[in-house]
Amino acid sequence: MRYLPLTPSDREQMLAKVGVASIEDLFLDVPEIARLDGPIHDLPFAQGELAVERHMQRLSNASVAAGSVPFFCGAGAYRHAVPASVDHLIQRSEFLTTYTPYQPEMAQGTVQTLFEFQSQVAGLLACDVANASMYDGSTACAEAVVMAARVTKRTKVVFSGGLHPHYRRAARTLAKHSGLEIAGLPIAIQDEAAVLAAVDQNTACVVVQCPNVFGTLTDFTELAKAVQAKGALLIAVFTEAVAFGLITPPGEMGADIVAGEGQSIGNALNFGGPYVGLFATKDKYVRQMPGRLAGETVDADGTRGFVLTLSTREQHIRRDKATSNICTNSGLCALAFTIHMTLLGDKGLKHLAQLNHEAACETADAVSSIEGVELLSDSFFNEFAVRLPVNAAKAVEAMAAQNVLGGVPYSRLRQEAGFENVLLIAATETTTAEDIACLADTLKKVI
Amino acid sequence: MSRRHAEEGDLVMAMNNVGRPTAAIANNGAAPTTFSGARGLLQPTSLIFETGSIDRTGVDLPPVKGVKTRLGGLARKSSTGNPGLSEPEAVRHYVRLSQRNYAIDLGMFPLGSCTMKHNARLNEKMARLPGFADVHPLQPVSTVQGALGVMDQLSHWLITLTGMKAVALSPKAGAHGELCGMLAIRAALDAQGQTHRRRVLVPESAHGTNPATAVQCGFIVDEIKAAPDGRVDLSDLKTKLGEDVAGIMLTNPNTCGLFERDIREIADLIHAAGGYFYCDGANFNAIAGRVRPGDLGVDAMHINLHKTFSTPHGGGGPGSGPTVLSDALAPFAPVPYVVTRADGSLDLVEHEADSDGEPFGRMVAFHGQMGMYTRALTYMLSHGADGIKQASEDAVLNANYVQACLKEHMSPAFDGVCMHEALFDDSWLEGTGVTTLDFAKAMIDEGYHPMTMYFPLVVHGAMLIEPTESESKASLDAFIASMTGLAKAAKAGDTTRFTGAPYHAPVKRLDETRAARKPVLKWAPPVEASKIAAE
Ligand SMILES: Cc1ncc(COP(=O)(O)O)c(C=O)c1O
Repeated sequence: MRYLPLTPSDREQMLAKVGVASIEDLFLDVPEIARLDGPIHDLPFAQGELAVERHMQRLSNASVAAGSVPFFCGAGAYRHAVPASVDHLIQRSEFLTTYTPYQPEMAQGTVQTLFEFQSQVAGLLACDVANASMYDGSTACAEAVVMAARVTKRTKVVFSGGLHPHYRRAARTLAKHSGLEIAGLPIAIQDEAAVLAAVDQNTACVVVQCPNVFGTLTDFTELAKAVQAKGALLIAVFTEAVAFGLITPPGEMGADIVAGEGQSIGNALNFGGPYVGLFATKDKYVRQMPGRLAGETVDADGTRGFVLTLSTREQHIRRDKATSNICTNSGLCALAFTIHMTLLGDKGLKHLAQLNHEAACETADAVSSIEGVELLSDSFFNEFAVRLPVNAAKAVEAMAAQNVLGGVPYSRLRQEAGFENVLLIAATETTTAEDIACLADTLKKVI
Repeated sequence: MSRRHAEEGDLVMAMNNVGRPTAAIANNGAAPTTFSGARGLLQPTSLIFETGSIDRTGVDLPPVKGVKTRLGGLARKSSTGNPGLSEPEAVRHYVRLSQRNYAIDLGMFPLGSCTMKHNARLNEKMARLPGFADVHPLQPVSTVQGALGVMDQLSHWLITLTGMKAVALSPKAGAHGELCGMLAIRAALDAQGQTHRRRVLVPESAHGTNPATAVQCGFIVDEIKAAPDGRVDLSDLKTKLGEDVAGIMLTNPNTCGLFERDIREIADLIHAAGGYFYCDGANFNAIAGRVRPGDLGVDAMHINLHKTFSTPHGGGGPGSGPTVLSDALAPFAPVPYVVTRADGSLDLVEHEADSDGEPFGRMVAFHGQMGMYTRALTYMLSHGADGIKQASEDAVLNANYVQACLKEHMSPAFDGVCMHEALFDDSWLEGTGVTTLDFAKAMIDEGYHPMTMYFPLVVHGAMLIEPTESESKASLDAFIASMTGLAKAAKAGDTTRFTGAPYHAPVKRLDETRAARKPVLKWAPPVEASKIAAE
């Protein structure tokens, strides 16, 4: 076995040193009835690299890669061009094969990049402080909700109808067992008035999204003030981080907590994970934040260095009083985010965002000029919703049969009467003019 | 000409050392401070905010066309403040930073409970195949049969290795898997109308995520004591059972590196009392292929793919925490999950309404950590049932060998053999003026990542050593020699070796108290920083 260095004679010598006759003697605490007498049946034996690679390659071939066809899926995961150096750098042994930086003196590489990550995220979202990552956008959203309840000591949560349905479900799953009462508003493309109306004296937070799941952009500045005047927090969610190269960031709208998905910077689609949750808030709430935080300090010589800090919020210190149970988070995905962001810089990010928006505008024009297709989003970043004259899931299937991945039917996220014909279409800098023409052609044929 | 030189001297001279001395002439011991701030191969580093600039970029993009925007008046006017670097600058910046990290690829990383085993590069290569890495989670299922195949095969391995009924793949790490298992327990209790069962028993030795998770599920935590042998105190457990008990969260092998001998009895007691048995499976790597948790009476257990199945830790994730479930809990598994249709094709159940069971909800957007599934499946196929068993045995043997060799110099926390971790307390350091922390920092100077320290909490000044099966005997012997040397030095009163450590790391000991007292959590321009300090 290529991964196991001990030889049979090593094992013999070591057993002798331990003072036992055989390996079985080290497993005597296992109840006899649960001891297996040989390798588990029903599973194959060890194989060399070649055989394993062949097996995995066959599986890989059985999927249609996004890059091999005209591709327009978004709804929380976006296909962007990631510079080659990003994947190269994150595969450096010293980043890839190290642990959470519990011993900062031998992990300055990791802790400093986390510090840079936090700084970049705070800048991107225009927030005071960001943490060192959550699992993904949806779990970041869930944690934001329970954090708001801790901050306000209130128990009601209002979800906007424009929130990504998966985020809503994930937040609900976590929140309901913390004794929170959920007020989920009807699915809607815009509903600030309803959101505000749902806020009462016991409301801990409202959760809104911009761009929302239909792609629509909404200024939450006034809503934030009104919600805060009632003693509740405004949580702003997003699923496409590149958007803030072009649109007003949630911090500038006055959001109290910002939670979203960072996948689209530095990270591949990966069929849904691993991704990287971004989590930011105001300084005054920092001690209620979940997750790890990197901070600056000095060493014994006064030289600048970085450590994990404010850990009295965390499970390993506070146990049942911790702000969250999160431990392992998304370190390497955060690193990919940071490297990609460093390559882009403010200038490159704005340029990239502009290209995304233009691709989406062109796609929207091409699609909405088709007879019977109605554009539902009058403002958007790189994704918009259309209503088809037919069932959107069936149209997507029919397009897939013609090798076009034409978007995400809203019903894939949530089965809701009246939304069966709604299709979400995303375009990025990877979308070509030919892709757009092909989408329009194919969509025309299938509806 | 060079030939004549070679004949004249004993050394074969090459072009670049002809006429030069080949040994240092003078070295007075003290290294001068360099003008560059570098220390030889160790290059100076700065923050991107200090070297980058706002108008520089390392990505070439096609020109924008000037299409009329549709941003609804929400165009961003502010700068993100994030500087850019050209590609050569960025590569150098991150390579330099990387060289300030220790890693399993450099040497032994005996961080107990964390299972730092070798990360095979084949796994990395497979995870990047386009049929896994470049597929969108919401593509039509007909276009992702290969990706679903990975999930299906991984599920088969996990269910078979654990002897359980079902597995929920979507949890994103160990703690998230705990949440999955405990929410399934809560859903099962609620379904039986047992809504008064809200107390969860958690041994004092448990990992911090266990009590934190229980609370997130709306349970209250009741600690159970450890017996003198490092295992659950059965009599304490018995007194804590009752009508309001929802279950127990027990780590096995436990965080002291010991197998809970009475585990079947504990399972029976909990079940008889009407509760469920959650097993923290972070230490499954000690028993995988030798013991099936399903045979021990477990109802739910998370598996850290980033420990047992070697998906890389990446400096703090990503992880993956699939959670296996018993017959009793399987119906409550969260969405989404993979099913096989009558025609043999694979499908996803993504909506609670489409499920045959009673899912407790959804834990995440999408389907979990695909990138970790491919790596773990590659690990499993490479090792096979035989290799997985051998890996567990070697992990246990390596830990016992370390314990046997070090017990003459350090004090094992408990008598007898251990599983995959050797645990020592700090009683052997008494009177030396050296603490567990100091000892750990001195290990950094020896070129080792320290063991886990001060965990588990039930052992004073705990030092938890997990060598894993990836270490050769020669590597263990070198580690043991270093540890023995340090132990002797501590006892001999060579205190400054420890209290001033590390001496040879890129930075000296870092002031964590200061970091927490005056948190600086992001970069600020120097003027602003001085203003903050003045406030
Ligand atoms: C015993 C134990 N339980 C749970 C966890 C949590 O796992 P994760 O860090 O993947 O969330 C860990 C790892 O840190 C652990 O060692």
